[in-house]
Amino acid sequence: MNAWVSVFSALFAVIFLVLAALLGVAALGLNGVFAIYIPYLASFIFLIGVVVRLVQWGRIPVPFAIPTTGGQGITLPWFKTAYFDSPHNLLGVIGRMAAEVLLFRSLFRNVKGEVREGPGLTFASSKWLWLAGILFHYAFLTIVVRHMRFFLEPVPSVIELLTSVDGFFQILVPTVFLTDIAFLVAAGYLFLRRVVIPQMRYLSLPADYFALFLILGIGISGVLMRQFIKVDLLKVKELTVSLANFHPVMPDGIGLIFYVHLFLVSCLMAYFPFSKLMHAPGVFLSPTRNLANDTRMRRHINPWNYPVKVHTYEEYEDEFRAKMKEVGIPVEKE
Amino acid sequence: MSLESLPKPEDLKIDLKLPQKPWLDQPVNFKPGTYSYPGAAKNLRYLDLANPRGWSPTDEDWKLPDNWQEIILKGFKERLGKYRSFRLFMDTCVRCGACADKCHFFLGGGDPKNMPVLRAELLRSVYRNDFTLLGRMLGRMAGARELTVDVLKEWFYYFFQCTECRRCSVFCPYGIDTAEITMIGRELLNLVGLNINWVIEPAANCFRTGNHLGIPPHGLIDMWEFCVDDIENVTGIKVELPVNKKGAEVLMVTPSGDYFADPGTYTFMGYLMLFHELGLDYTWSTYASEGGNFGLFTSHEMIKRLNAKIYAEAKRLGVKWILGGECGHMWRVIHEYMDTMNGPADFLEEPVSPITGTKFENAKSTKMVHITEFTSDLLKHGKLNLDPSRNDHIRVTYHDSCNPARAAGLMDEPRYVIKHVCNNFFEMPESTIRENTFCCGGGAGLGNDENIEMRMRGGFPRANAVKYVRDKHQVNRLLCMCAIDRATLSTLMEYWAPDVSVGGIHELLANALIMKGEGKRTTDLRGDPLPGMEDEEDV
Repeated sequence: MNAWVSVFSALFAVIFLVLAALLGVAALGLNGVFAIYIPYLASFIFLIGVVVRLVQWGRIPVPFAIPTTGGQGITLPWFKTAYFDSPHNLLGVIGRMAAEVLLFRSLFRNVKGEVREGPGLTFASSKWLWLAGILFHYAFLTIVVRHMRFFLEPVPSVIELLTSVDGFFQILVPTVFLTDIAFLVAAGYLFLRRVVIPQMRYLSLPADYFALFLILGIGISGVLMRQFIKVDLLKVKELTVSLANFHPVMPDGIGLIFYVHLFLVSCLMAYFPFSKLMHAPGVFLSPTRNLANDTRMRRHINPWNYPVKVHTYEEYEDEFRAKMKEVGIPVEKE
Repeated sequence: MSLESLPKPEDLKIDLKLPQKPWLDQPVNFKPGTYSYPGAAKNLRYLDLANPRGWSPTDEDWKLPDNWQEIILKGFKERLGKYRSFRLFMDTCVRCGACADKCHFFLGGGDPKNMPVLRAELLRSVYRNDFTLLGRMLGRMAGARELTVDVLKEWFYYFFQCTECRRCSVFCPYGIDTAEITMIGRELLNLVGLNINWVIEPAANCFRTGNHLGIPPHGLIDMWEFCVDDIENVTGIKVELPVNKKGAEVLMVTPSGDYFADPGTYTFMGYLMLFHELGLDYTWSTYASEGGNFGLFTSHEMIKRLNAKIYAEAKRLGVKWILGGECGHMWRVIHEYMDTMNGPADFLEEPVSPITGTKFENAKSTKMVHITEFTSDLLKHGKLNLDPSRNDHIRVTYHDSCNPARAAGLMDEPRYVIKHVCNNFFEMPESTIRENTFCCGGGAGLGNDENIEMRMRGGFPRANAVKYVRDKHQVNRLLCMCAIDRATLSTLMEYWAPDVSVGGIHELLANALIMKGEGKRTTDLRGDPLPGMEDEEDV
């Protein structure tokens, strides 16, 4: 797959989805399909898909404890242990997982290695990927939580508060959310590094671009809807609350852009369980991170451990007995 | 192949240019100097491995079984169901590329398929094609491809171009471990008889004779007694050499590299002198005369088959616990696999140092203690009489071997010993030590002569850091805690950083160790004059 073929095939796929929503609603009048049936179906696929995948993963045994140790392990009492990077008990593992999931610990370690003439090699701390990653994920989370105001009536005060903090600077009317900007900038950076860095471009698959374009499409349509192509938010809320209560009603006159936004979100949800996006739940199960470095203290059990063919001492001595006796090595059978 | 066949270090180009073709279509090129020779049929037969035959990677026809595809896909499926690690690592990678410049082979060679992410994609592309919905539906658009002979050849080339060092795994946000990918990749290759002789011959030897080099018991005695004589020459003391001694308190197991060749032998002499000085009630074993385990580079089953002899011998001899020598991948096997595979070791006792009474709580289940843990404890309790100035002619840096660092977290113990036994110790840059340490370039069975170019390339990041401390602090000795390192780093230094010799930690300890009743020492264990003794007669 040529790199540009990958980029454009993913781009066209997302454009196709946008056109499908536009056509479906504007030309064919399938408002109900795009606003009710597809979101329900997508949510169903998302939930069932993620649960099925987690159960599949969970049922596979972990035959060996293979933590990657990122620091000094537990040893004699006067050595300082890296309590979280090389944890030896449950608390340490919880700490390591929390740092991984909440702070992207491993990505934070990133050091860029660069080959120079000579040849030589230099290293420099490089936190851009970490920064973009963490901005992207936290912005995404905040946006999802903010959107709860469309599904809950009355809106919980926590979400009101979050929304007002997010719009604290009150730039433009209506107020631009900081997380919207962060989200688009971070996702944009993640896309750009994929096409600009030659090695990244070489290894990226259409699926990598597709997920990014889909997410960017959701972000852009959302911002457009809020700032530029206004839709009737009261009607939107009427629909979303009714969806949340499983008594869907289909109000008339919601702007087209809303259907595009909702359809892309539906696509993302339906795509999620079958894609690399499963890294989100997957990280919790990773055996190099969620197991303690206590393998000489506590025996890890392999449920499928089976007997293997070994070369016994008896077979060994039978082959070498005469020579062993000659040089005075004690033997079992004289 | 030898070092002379390579261009001069300054002319060894690291070509970062990417192939025109996408990686899915770019076939592998077996260039001399970058691959290892295949496993000899006799070794495969001895270990009951599949498809023993004569073949070469450069042949068009690899003489595979007719149904090789079926065998591999069946093995693939089986492993997806047996290893959660494997399944997750197939599913969760987002190709963020954080691993790319962490691999020493990529940094030293520039081949994009040595970026850990693409190494794993070699398996993932087949996984998608045969085991996932999207891959079946979308084919190449989903990055899926059929398992063809060309793909298999790629697997062979790149899974034997990974040293299972786990450096990328430290930086991966999901903990994806290329060592695990490579181990399972090699396991699959072994199902159709694809492996390399530098792995399979030591494994076969170890299975039969107890050590990688195939040394029979009487040969071991010769080698070990040779070391005893050398010690007597340097110290005037004839140390004990207990072998297969029943009822000893401790069984000592070390990699055969420690007694087979210089500079490992000096470390081995170090153990002998230390144990003699302590009056430790211990024994060597001829049957379990190998700490290393080339099963780790073959298959999980082979790890277990080779490792079994250690507990079996401990049981037969009736020792209380086991002590392990300076070895790298051995410590991954001991620390992460041995107890699970061949335990529980309920016939042994929780290890307690007979000299200090210290309980080694961290080894209470496996009952196997690392020599630097044991020695650190002695030093902490002041049990050794040392003169570190005897090592003043040696300016030291320390290379963390991959597995003790990233699969066990053994990092401060060796440094503690080093700091006690010498006065000139300098760390290499932070990005190249401890959990960030770089491989020697020849681990996981790749330290053979025919693979010399890849070794020198893979070892380049490590060598570059050594060069840095050599130039800055006049370092002239690279210490390491691994028998493979001691063999491969010596060549690596010869190529990249001449004037730096390689050795083990207990060699320096033995130099500094003041033994009861020793004669006046004029040389170190290598026969080099001690500082201030340059003019002595017998030098």
